[in-house]
Amino acid sequence: MHAVAADGVWKYFGDYPALRGAKLEVAKGSCTALIGRNGAGKTTLLRILARLSKPTKGEVHIDGRIGYLGHGIGVYDDLSAFENLTLFGRLAGVANPNQSAEAALERVGLTRVKEGLAREFSRGMRQRLAIARAFLHDPELLLLDEPFTSLDDRAIDVLQKLLSEALARGSTIIMSTHQIREAMELATDVALLERGRMIYAGPRTTEMLLDPGYLYRTYAESPPESKG
Amino acid sequence: MAAIAVAGKDLRTEWRTRESLNSAVSFALVILVLFSFAFDLDRDEKLAISGGLLWLVYAFAGALIVNRSFAREVPNDCLEVLISSARGWAIFLGKSVACFVLLMVVELISLPIFGLFYNIHWTGSLLALLLVMALSTWGVTVVGTALSAITVNVRLRELMLPVLLYPLMIPLLIGAMEMTTGLLNGNAVLSDIRLLIVYDVMFTAIALYLIEFILVI
Repeated sequence: MHAVAADGVWKYFGDYPALRGAKLEVAKGSCTALIGRNGAGKTTLLRILARLSKPTKGEVHIDGRIGYLGHGIGVYDDLSAFENLTLFGRLAGVANPNQSAEAALERVGLTRVKEGLAREFSRGMRQRLAIARAFLHDPELLLLDEPFTSLDDRAIDVLQKLLSEALARGSTIIMSTHQIREAMELATDVALLERGRMIYAGPRTTEMLLDPGYLYRTYAESPPESKG
Repeated sequence: MAAIAVAGKDLRTEWRTRESLNSAVSFALVILVLFSFAFDLDRDEKLAISGGLLWLVYAFAGALIVNRSFAREVPNDCLEVLISSARGWAIFLGKSVACFVLLMVVELISLPIFGLFYNIHWTGSLLALLLVMALSTWGVTVVGTALSAITVNVRLRELMLPVLLYPLMIPLLIGAMEMTTGLLNGNAVLSDIRLLIVYDVMFTAIALYLIEFILVI
């Protein structure tokens, strides 16, 4: 059974095709690293899977509740940390939003400042609040767009811990990333996008784990501009 | 439930920042006070223009309020997270309710000031007046909130929204102005309220149907 099944997905921005018939099937409980160079279509595909954007053509099927962590922090500056989380708990239909918010704040180490407005937080604290928001409702499918980019060390630790717990719980994870080495350690599967086309989608092999450049050398037309 | 959560969130953040409420209340009061000094009208003339004046002020104040409705979601990419967390119709309904409450507050603050400066007794038909205000305000906010969603990513959204909003509000404003003038003159025909009801039902249904296409493109 697939948590995500996308077939023949095209997305045009004006005349420019950001996705060209991309196909992706993600098994439940797996962790897929979505890899590709800048402009390959990673964010576009994740936004379509998160129902933030409609494909121009193609079919997308999603099974389960979604937790989404995009480029933006996605928390309200004029609400407290606790209010932010109870709001998203209510939106997600969590049975006891207050209790879930308390637990989420505890997990990311923000209990002490739970009544503080998000605008008064440091960048690292806001990042942890955003992570708590994405994991708050124990989503079956986590869609993470370059989640480790610009995180501080503590937020990276928190995110890695929550990702491991989510995988152990049976959640499915799809994360786009440029940090190939770190992603390969966590990933069970890999999807490589190039210029909107899915040129590899399958299990993460030992070669990929040992050699971050292997994927690009084997499947991509040209090597990446920068290695993670 | 999600709609209530969105409405509660918008009202709470507005209460803390007062970014649209302060400007809308100030605008409404300044215009009402200035007009009272600008024109030397007798009592009959004041009564004749009362509905028109009130609803012009409310329509402009309403534009200030609905302009912030979806714009509030732009910082930190909150709109993305909101759309991924709740259905479009719930977001729209919650935001419409929040705008409705805020515009009603503006109207209820400015109505006594209007009565005072124009020497018009508005308390005689208070319930009917409140009904007309509520129906007309819902029409303004439901159309305004939908347009706020359409223009949220437009570069000149503060200019675009009024340009789109006012023409769509013409039938509603005509009905509201006539009803309000009639009520303040003591000769209103309540059956005219059907126009407001039809407008509200029609635009609420259209907006609820289209909002998913507007938000997810």
